[in-house]
Amino acid sequence: MTLTNRSAAELASALQKGETSAVECATAFLDRIEATNSTVNAFLTVDRDGALATAEAVDASRASGKPLGPLAGLPVAVKDVLCTTDQPTTCASKMLKGYQPPYDADVVQRLRAAGTVILGKTNMDEFAMGGSNENSAYGLVRNPWDLERAPGGSSGGSAAAVAADMAPLAIGSDTGGSIRQPAGLCGITGLKPTYGRVSRRGLVAFSSSLDQIGPMARSAKECAMLLQAIAGHDPGDSTSLNIPVPDYSADLEKPLQGLRIGRVAAHFSEGLDPEVAEHVETTFATYEAAGATIHDVELPHATYGVPTYYLIAPSEASSNLARYDGAHYGHRWDGTPSDEKGITDFDSPLVEMYCRSRAEGFGPEVKRRIMLGTYSLSSGYYDAYYAKALRVRRLIRQDFNKAFENVDVIGGPVSATPAFKLGEKTDDPVAMYLVDLYTVGTNLAGIGGISFPCGFTKGSLPVGFQLQGPALSEPLLLQATHQYQQATDWHLKRTAALSS
Amino acid sequence: MSAETQHPFTTVIGLEVHVQLQTKTKLFCGCITTFGSPPNTQVCPTCLGLPGSLPVMNRRAFDLSLRAALALNCKIALFTKWDRKNYFYPDLPKGYQISQFDLPFSYEGHLEVCDPKGAFEPRTVRITRVHLEEDAGKSMHDETAGTADSRIDLNRTGTPLCEIVTEPDLRSAEEARAWLNELKLLLVYLGVSDCNMQEGSLRVDANVNLHIPQEDGRLAKTPIVEIKNMNSFRSVERALVYETERQWGEWQATKAEIGSMPKQTRGWDDSAGVTRGQRHKEESSDYRYFPEPDLVPVTVTEEQVTTIRSSMGEPPAVLRKTLADRWKIPANDAGVLVNQGPELVRYFEDLATRVGEGKVASNWMQQDVLRTLNERGGNITDFPVRPEAVADIIARVQKGDFDTSRGREIFASVVEKGASVAEVVAGMGIAAVDDSDLRALCEELIAENPKIVADVKGGKEQAAGGLIGQAKRKNPNVNPGKVRALAIELIRALP
Ligand SMILES: [Zn+2]
Repeated sequence: MTLTNRSAAELASALQKGETSAVECATAFLDRIEATNSTVNAFLTVDRDGALATAEAVDASRASGKPLGPLAGLPVAVKDVLCTTDQPTTCASKMLKGYQPPYDADVVQRLRAAGTVILGKTNMDEFAMGGSNENSAYGLVRNPWDLERAPGGSSGGSAAAVAADMAPLAIGSDTGGSIRQPAGLCGITGLKPTYGRVSRRGLVAFSSSLDQIGPMARSAKECAMLLQAIAGHDPGDSTSLNIPVPDYSADLEKPLQGLRIGRVAAHFSEGLDPEVAEHVETTFATYEAAGATIHDVELPHATYGVPTYYLIAPSEASSNLARYDGAHYGHRWDGTPSDEKGITDFDSPLVEMYCRSRAEGFGPEVKRRIMLGTYSLSSGYYDAYYAKALRVRRLIRQDFNKAFENVDVIGGPVSATPAFKLGEKTDDPVAMYLVDLYTVGTNLAGIGGISFPCGFTKGSLPVGFQLQGPALSEPLLLQATHQYQQATDWHLKRTAALSS
Repeated sequence: MSAETQHPFTTVIGLEVHVQLQTKTKLFCGCITTFGSPPNTQVCPTCLGLPGSLPVMNRRAFDLSLRAALALNCKIALFTKWDRKNYFYPDLPKGYQISQFDLPFSYEGHLEVCDPKGAFEPRTVRITRVHLEEDAGKSMHDETAGTADSRIDLNRTGTPLCEIVTEPDLRSAEEARAWLNELKLLLVYLGVSDCNMQEGSLRVDANVNLHIPQEDGRLAKTPIVEIKNMNSFRSVERALVYETERQWGEWQATKAEIGSMPKQTRGWDDSAGVTRGQRHKEESSDYRYFPEPDLVPVTVTEEQVTTIRSSMGEPPAVLRKTLADRWKIPANDAGVLVNQGPELVRYFEDLATRVGEGKVASNWMQQDVLRTLNERGGNITDFPVRPEAVADIIARVQKGDFDTSRGREIFASVVEKGASVAEVVAGMGIAAVDDSDLRALCEELIAENPKIVADVKGGKEQAAGGLIGQAKRKNPNVNPGKVRALAIELIRALP
């Protein structure tokens, strides 16, 4: 068995026992990336030298008997939306091509402190806007289970990297489902923690009130290890929760006897792929067999989730992305007269520089969302759109709170379909927005959600299952997933599409 | 009486004042706020608006602005939030300013202004709101034709600014200037801001229009104009006088009333002494305000309000009265001292304590210290003659070493030479004249002035004054009072 076939938990154990070294481990994954990245395009930057230097330092520490954390020497892939001082941070945008941040994100600092080996930065939808990873200025990502299909997004690079054995662990970010949906479509496990559990400092903002960083790995056990390293209070993020971090691995082995799982009937309405529905129902049955009870719950405002999300997220994004104006850093129009049709009557040379820099630097989906958000915040529209969306958001949060009075977690599908064909939805933004149907509620409510593989279609595509839990229920979500993964082996399946 | 009050209309003025808070660090990051450092040396990812950077509120800045709001008699919101004001400009690196829109931390206050000379009635100006926001950076434009080269200094970006908005309660340019002086004094006393207009720590915009009674009893109102770019209180006054006249002329020509056009912004050109219309596009902006998602709302407890209120000290209006009472000085004296700011009041109280007599100390302050300070310019804290030196001079005068006018010469000399009082006294050859020398001098004068002696003997004691000038010529150090007294005594004793 080669090193890249082994899970992070197995690698951690092998490293601790001295069966392998951090350098050997990093080399194996770097070689795997070199062999497969031209096909998958999961990585935008690979830092072989930096990774090996870190690995050497970890090995030296271990040899000198220094106490090391459980993640020391484990390779990790980081979504290119987190600032790193030693690698560019582009957000998969032409706007930030080659941009080198002067500081590390809080999560990156924590990863370094934990002794993890950062292999590189993963591809994504530009500025985390998208659900297919087709909106990258540096090329789309292919789903390792079927190279003609999308890996999901926006953390498509991170999900594909884990699924293709290019990294045992990855960091993603989730604004409306961007960890859970690609995890589901790529057959891996991904957790979106409670808003405020992980610091957003150094996470390039898409929608500040919804963004949250989380772990992606093969299993819940490994997500727990990674979450342990990145969670915690950061005085540099005002929205970071100043609440002690529990031991996420402590409860994993506890049985599920008495767990109350909510089932939302509306999740199974029109639009849900029958194969996905079947696997999701089977998963409920597996839980029941393990001692859980299933209860009907209602989330009456869930149908407004997608429209609410597509007002709040673009509104915040329109403001968050205003800083990319060509004046201080990032892409700037070089002054070449443009043949492009459109506005030619600029107020001033400055305004022309702004407009042309942004027109060139941003891709179409980012522009679409900036337009949507600008519109919804404009005077005369604010009350009808943004303000109303905030009111509906409160109702959605109340729905979850009410539901969690009767159940511990809510289960259901992550996505209505398995991985779709590349290009299938690119001309239909609304169809693309609906891929977020089951996931946006978690972000709007600020609660936790986890996605994990629960079966495969006849066409050998993974199907994901989602559990949502109340604020700070990460230990329970991880435990429930781990217990499922003890009873099943979907998370152990490896793709054959990339075997050399 | 100012010119405009002779016109058949009322001038209506409201002010918007931006004050930089005197904090060591910026509003949402740890960068220092020292003025005048090399460009872009006091910056970090947050105030540069770099990707992924986040703001964290400086509670000290918030407490300082609370202090200002309380001193302005404002109501304090116990729950307040931050909003983003979105607009593009190169000195605004995030593309939005963190400000407060619909829930400012304080509202509905007032500040009264009186004119000691009685040029206008005491005026209570209502404060609409006081809110906190971050400052933008500075753009420096290269005016060389065609190059369009601009440079940006972001040292100031993120400096805490308090915005104070008044109701349109002022009725003349003179009142506006006096009110601004009172506001500045208050904020300086509170330690909220140094209010240095040259360094941009206080900026004023004014809204002005005219209310013109019509023959049918209706009140016609001219369109409101916002005046910007005034860089001193004097320019505020001049700009308002100019704008009042301009609007009156405009009214007579066009009869245009409020509502007939959008609100106009005019910039004050100080050297030309005129306001000029700014381009329409600069006026109409949709700032797309929305709640700042990177910051949590701020709560203020009654205890915090009480703590800040109790640590505020006396505002100038109260201090004028307590100073007059404490040192038994005229109200006008106290007003002059207080209006010079807290450091001068500290100087005065130090001096008065040493001298033991408020009125004497106040006279020296008004006639010597302040006059010299005004001539020299600068701050009282850098003034070369410290209170102990002034007290020394006063003590020597009181002891009879020399008279007041001689004391003032010594004071002037101490200022000029930067020497100590003792050194100046020694250098001027001033030594106390001992009694035997004084007696010898007087006897000499009596011998030389038979006419004066006869007059004094005849009961005209004032004639002894003629001896004093002569005595001073013989020995500049003599005390005139002593010469007079001894000479009279000796003449009376003559056979
Ligand atoms: Zn800073």
